[in-house]
Amino acid sequence: MIGKVLGRIYIGLVLVLLYAPIMVLILLSFNNSRSRVVWNGFTLNWYRSLFENDAIMNAFGTTIGLAAASALIASIIGLFAAIGMYAMRKKDYKTFMFFTDIPLLNADIVTGIALMLWMVRFMPLGFSSVLLSHITFNIPYVILSILPKLETTDIRQFEAARDLGAGNLYAFVKVVLPDLMPGILAGFFLSATMSMDDFVITYFTKGPGVNTLSTLIYGEIRKGIKPEMYALSSILFLMVLIILIIANHSAKENNGYEK
Amino acid sequence: MSKKLIELKKISKSFGNDLVIDELDLYIRENEFVTLLGPSGCGKTTLLRIIGGFETPDEGSVFFDGEDITKMPPNKRQVNTVFQKYSLFSHMTVAQNIAFGLRVKKKSNEEIQKKIEYALDLVNLPGFENRMPDSLSGGQQQRIAIARAIVNEPKVLLLDEPLGALDLKLRQEMQYELIRLKNELGITFIYVTHDQEEALTMSDTIVVMNQGYIQQIGTPEDIYNEPTNAFVADFIGESNIIDGIMLSDRLVRIGGQDFECVDEGFAPNEPVDVVIRPEDVELGPPENGQTTGTVTSIIFKGVHYEIQVASAIGINFMVQTTLNFPVGSFVGIRVIPDNFQIMHKPQSEDEEILDANAQTGAAHEP
Repeated sequence: MIGKVLGRIYIGLVLVLLYAPIMVLILLSFNNSRSRVVWNGFTLNWYRSLFENDAIMNAFGTTIGLAAASALIASIIGLFAAIGMYAMRKKDYKTFMFFTDIPLLNADIVTGIALMLWMVRFMPLGFSSVLLSHITFNIPYVILSILPKLETTDIRQFEAARDLGAGNLYAFVKVVLPDLMPGILAGFFLSATMSMDDFVITYFTKGPGVNTLSTLIYGEIRKGIKPEMYALSSILFLMVLIILIIANHSAKENNGYEK
Repeated sequence: MSKKLIELKKISKSFGNDLVIDELDLYIRENEFVTLLGPSGCGKTTLLRIIGGFETPDEGSVFFDGEDITKMPPNKRQVNTVFQKYSLFSHMTVAQNIAFGLRVKKKSNEEIQKKIEYALDLVNLPGFENRMPDSLSGGQQQRIAIARAIVNEPKVLLLDEPLGALDLKLRQEMQYELIRLKNELGITFIYVTHDQEEALTMSDTIVVMNQGYIQQIGTPEDIYNEPTNAFVADFIGESNIIDGIMLSDRLVRIGGQDFECVDEGFAPNEPVDVVIRPEDVELGPPENGQTTGTVTSIIFKGVHYEIQVASAIGINFMVQTTLNFPVGSFVGIRVIPDNFQIMHKPQSEDEEILDANAQTGAAHEP
């Protein structure tokens, strides 16, 4: 009994410590005052001035476009990579898995600087260099989302389709792809979240003039913290949260499929 | 005799260093029910996949109706396969599964509808159109897999251990279903299994395989009654496989005693394998026996007893009989000349191992 109560208190404490700062941030974004300590009534003024700010709206568009494009391209490349790895012999598979894991665990700052040095050689830093970087770090997430689905798929279904007269492409699109779809969607949404979430790699590879929400917030905050930034951060948090819920939902369907 | 529909010529196939099929020749006639029978790893499934177009042989050719189809992809062949684990399309309904091949061939909706109904009737599952494969039992999935294959009107249906995952009762039911289907459709069935009972029940022709070689081709009766070597005898049903020496035509020496048999044409004093089916060993009073022995164990098997007898000539016989002889009984042992199957000693190394096991004279489980 006591253990149960203690357990609840512990979990409550963890949740508070994790989410209280974000709740405070969201609260302050509605505070009718520049104060960080006094609550002076509810307002949407900060959100209004946010939406009237061209630089911010630009960054917002860039963030969404970047997330969608990088997630889409990474999903396609990751799908083929996952299928290729699935077909490999155990030893090769392990080697490739190792190389897949490195970018996930590598410090963002190392990846960021390395990508920057590399990109600078071939192109002016700008939207395309950020996009390429985001695709690069998103591919492993897609691979890791699709591989488990591949392992539970009966690959003989592909042969069955071929046996019934289907060409390679038709068999893949009609039979294999629908089975992998939940995994592909999970990878897509995870990638979109990661792209929106990223600051460090974007910061190093973006070049002047291009801003995502996170690099914009960083730049603004250096000039002094304005309540608009609370509002912007709250929006960013909400977007990531929504995508995460969608991704979780498709992952759930994913599991439901296997029963 | 109907014409040869499929001909395999000098087929060899290896995976890495593993030679699975070695220079194999085989033909299959129209409307035949042919079973490829053998232990796992004998190359039977690989052979089926070569006929289906899922593997290309390293050497040799496959002919279909006189045409070389060795390099033809599976979607162009006039054969359809029922896979071991059915491999139904899991995100499609039963009707969509059955319609798949017809849609590829761009048949009209009306025709597809008709064919789906016909096929479901044929496999005794009318009204299952909108069910999902997940919601079906193993036996039902199996029938849908068959329906999905036969709506394409293949000339040959390939079946890869289709009953392996079903329980005994269902398996026996499906055996009758398959025979009925084959007769109704009038097409060729090529059936792969490691189950000798399935093979004996359904086949017109059985091809016994081991280690990538064909051991024997024949009707179920031929294969059971006249196995060409100890491997076939051992694999098809239970047998006593005993070392013997062929003294002359129609006379074989086993364990120092001479027995009359009906086989001829062996070299004088040639060492041979003698195969005696357990149901062909007769037990009776000691004075009636060609030799005598003591019962060492008796197990009730339902239809018959399975009895082990240690004989005076130093050989343990396995006997199947409906008579009850308690352990310790002193009995006479009799085998009529017709029931000795005399075989040349095997050549290959692996068969030697099998032969070494047989030295004890004990019977083998198939």
